[in-house]
Amino acid sequence: MGFSRVLLMNTNVAALNKQQTLIVIGNGMVGHHCVEQLIERGALDHYRLHVFSEEPMRAYDRVHLSEYFTGRDAESLALSDAALYQTPGVTLHLGVPVLEIDRVRRQVITAQGCVAYDKLVLATGSYPFVPPIDGAEGDSRLVYRTLEDLDAIRAAATNARRGVVVGGGLLGLEAANALKSLGLEAHVVEFAPRLMPVQLDEQGGRALKAQIERLGVGVHLSRGTQSISAGEDYRYRMNFANDEFLETDLIVFSAGIRAQDALARQCSLEVGPRGGIVIDDHCQSSDPHIYAIGECAAWNGTVFGLVAPGYQMARAVAAQLCNESTEPFVGADMSTKLKLLGVDVGSIGDAHGNTPGSRSYQFIDETNASYRRLVVDASGKHVLGAVLVGDNSYYDTLLQYMQNAIALPAEPASLILPSSTGAPTLGPGALPESATVCSCHNVTKGSICSAIDGGCTDLGLLKAQTKACTGCGGCAGLLKQVFEHELIARGVSVDKSLCEHFAYTRQELYALVRVEGVITFEELLAKHGRGHTGCDVCKPAVGSILASCWNQPIMDASLVPLQDTNDTFMANMQKNGTYSVVPRIPGGEITADKLIAIGVVAKKYDLYTKITGGQRIDLFGAQLHELPDIWAELIEAGFETGHAYGKSTRTVKSCVGSTWCRYGVQDSVKMALAIEDRYKGLRSPHKLKFAVSGCTRECAEAQSKDVGVIATEKGWNLYIAGNGGMRPRHAELFATDLDDETLIRYIDRFLMFYIRTADKLQRTSVWRESLEGGLDYLKDVIINDSLGLGEELESQMQLVVNRYECEWANALKDPEKLKRFRTFVNDKRPDPDIHFVQERGQRRPIMAAELNLIPVIEETV
Amino acid sequence: MSQSTAQRVASLESPEVWQTVCEHRDLVSHSGVVVWLDGAQVALFYLPGAEGRSLYAIDNHDPQSGANVIGRGLVGNIKGEMVVASPIYKQHFRLEDGSCLEYPQQRLRVWPVRLNGSVVEVAVV
Repeated sequence: MGFSRVLLMNTNVAALNKQQTLIVIGNGMVGHHCVEQLIERGALDHYRLHVFSEEPMRAYDRVHLSEYFTGRDAESLALSDAALYQTPGVTLHLGVPVLEIDRVRRQVITAQGCVAYDKLVLATGSYPFVPPIDGAEGDSRLVYRTLEDLDAIRAAATNARRGVVVGGGLLGLEAANALKSLGLEAHVVEFAPRLMPVQLDEQGGRALKAQIERLGVGVHLSRGTQSISAGEDYRYRMNFANDEFLETDLIVFSAGIRAQDALARQCSLEVGPRGGIVIDDHCQSSDPHIYAIGECAAWNGTVFGLVAPGYQMARAVAAQLCNESTEPFVGADMSTKLKLLGVDVGSIGDAHGNTPGSRSYQFIDETNASYRRLVVDASGKHVLGAVLVGDNSYYDTLLQYMQNAIALPAEPASLILPSSTGAPTLGPGALPESATVCSCHNVTKGSICSAIDGGCTDLGLLKAQTKACTGCGGCAGLLKQVFEHELIARGVSVDKSLCEHFAYTRQELYALVRVEGVITFEELLAKHGRGHTGCDVCKPAVGSILASCWNQPIMDASLVPLQDTNDTFMANMQKNGTYSVVPRIPGGEITADKLIAIGVVAKKYDLYTKITGGQRIDLFGAQLHELPDIWAELIEAGFETGHAYGKSTRTVKSCVGSTWCRYGVQDSVKMALAIEDRYKGLRSPHKLKFAVSGCTRECAEAQSKDVGVIATEKGWNLYIAGNGGMRPRHAELFATDLDDETLIRYIDRFLMFYIRTADKLQRTSVWRESLEGGLDYLKDVIINDSLGLGEELESQMQLVVNRYECEWANALKDPEKLKRFRTFVNDKRPDPDIHFVQERGQRRPIMAAELNLIPVIEETV
Repeated sequence: MSQSTAQRVASLESPEVWQTVCEHRDLVSHSGVVVWLDGAQVALFYLPGAEGRSLYAIDNHDPQSGANVIGRGLVGNIKGEMVVASPIYKQHFRLEDGSCLEYPQQRLRVWPVRLNGSVVEVAVV
């Protein structure tokens, strides 16, 4: 085949005679999938393929569009490498809208000219429907569909405080999430009396509303916007019936989609009464040379607004064009599983129970705003549909029952009832080979098994090979279960080794160290590892475990070689090889004398000084040999090491609390000092940050910390597993109105449980998200002591607390330990390659481009 | 090629090429220290009881960051070879010949090194 293609490329005349031209209009998710399928099935042997897209960017993932506002860029949303469209025989025309189709001459017409076709596939998608409303224009008439739309929303949000989404369906709630992640106060206005009227029943809508309102999103139902006028407190005012109104700075319309069938109308293809290019069971339009797929097509009067049916149509058309036999398209399952604004929502099959004779089971939990409904057929033997709000862990099992017509258990209600062991699951072993695991790409359990039999033992590889879980991603959990189950069934073990020296996970090594009382790396390596040296992965990981368990001084001879450079020299290495020094300033509270002492040291050693985000002072630019002198002076002035260099307790940020603040209700500084004093020197899988706020105004930003404490009238609220940084995460409220003693007990248990069960270099936020059973499970372990570990965790923490010693004070007492703090062990000179320049009254490292300035500076010094 | 190797072996045998750089007690077990050697910065790694040799001498200059930090890197064994990880960007260099595991274009100078009684000697060839 490869040979014949080369021949064709070299003899153009023959090629023109033999090859036909296939044009795909639209490069959205469905159009792209069609191109992928065409290439995979060998269409390029018969066709030259032209793809036209009016968007300037190649196909991207619209399902995860809102992640564009939380850090993902356009390129990472792209569905494929650029290479796919560079395949010989494929031409992608980006930013080139097709203006007309000439069905008589079989040509598509663009601003750049005409291209003739033999076959044409329309995948033009849909456009957002914006109801005609007086005054809707500019920032009061935004839509949420393309990356360009998102850029427009972001621009409008720059100076905005509040944003409204018109439409409480699936996309509308996605859009509300996007507004929320832009920092706006978000509201949703829905014409129907409930949210997601298509997917949810009345009670499901009610539960979803309650959940979303708890997240601070305003929900306004049964309201139609009659006009938009200028607002008083905000830019715009949306006017409803009965003189009701809502003011806002921007409005996003997400009131449904309409098939993009303009080209079809222009060339007089048949369109449906409610829009959409009419297609038959083979996705063929009224012109046999033209197919339509995805949201621009109407099958049996219905436009399918989900990605899975679109993919199904794309596969059907690709197969026909490659002369493969294909099953007709006879409608699609509209079941869907989503996380909207962080709330689980699932809808399966006949969610409304419209099938004659169907019966329902319902579970309502008003405390947690959780709702589940199971619809079964008249015989009571089979699942017809389901509605889930608040917990999608039931979804996979229910979907499998429906799709594979598996007979229901004697008590069908048990499938939606909460149970102490979590949602009942249909084990992956119980699924038939024909069971669909990924409905976007139609991947069955059978095809997963054959990939595994073909030698695939890596989940990432499996996804690449089978495409499973690369569409909407909803099957991720099920896919992993099936994959691991099948691997185990084949006697393959999943490799979770730390590195080549230890065939254990960090958690397993932690248990070995604890149980066997191992206190050195050598002992652990000899008993449970390979070789005599270890590497830069296992050494720091084991060093951290040993410190978490036994808290021996890290400068002890056996521990020194394990530490990464920052821990070895107890300072933070900067880009030019110099160090920064951070003395502990507990709770950010510091006396004038201590401030002066820091100033004196900074001045004496000419250190660049900056205030850190954790309410301390960082001193930059110290060379290795200067560290002991600097620390001797700091310790003399009453400071201790701040552990800024370690995966360990960093800071406890605090506000001034009730001592000074007119709003404060508790002494937050005193509590911050107590917490910092207790956990200073605690080493953990990753760094730990704390904060204590003296009232609900939260000036210490405790909700962005691993452990956050906020004062109440009655005591303290504890928040856990928050994070700033690259992937910010709000801490979760863990317990309320605690007294001092209970607060410390819970923090003890929480931190030690994290240290015991987290992976290496895993922050509390990621650890918490990966915990099976989630926050409730964690509450059970910490508060209800469900594992009976409480006292053990507390006493392990107490040992670490009792053994605390300032590492710098310890090192300064021992000349052996100071031996390493020499830039050169045979010469007193400093590193001659380190140069600084002055900037804003302090020195900073010279940049490479400034290096020619060195001689001048050295002469003047 | 073989001739230059022969010359090098011959020159290593003459006592004047070996320079004393520091005392044995200046070394830190399983870790690195740095010596100044006529304008060069040489990192010495002392690994008693590890796989391979017990003493290595390698350039202290990290080509990626431009900083003199290799002597403060973490030593390990990767697929049977003794390596040091740069403390700044964590790329690995073979202690035996100074080549880099991740970036072939980065290569560090290495020196012959030996313990001679209570002193450490580096050969300047």
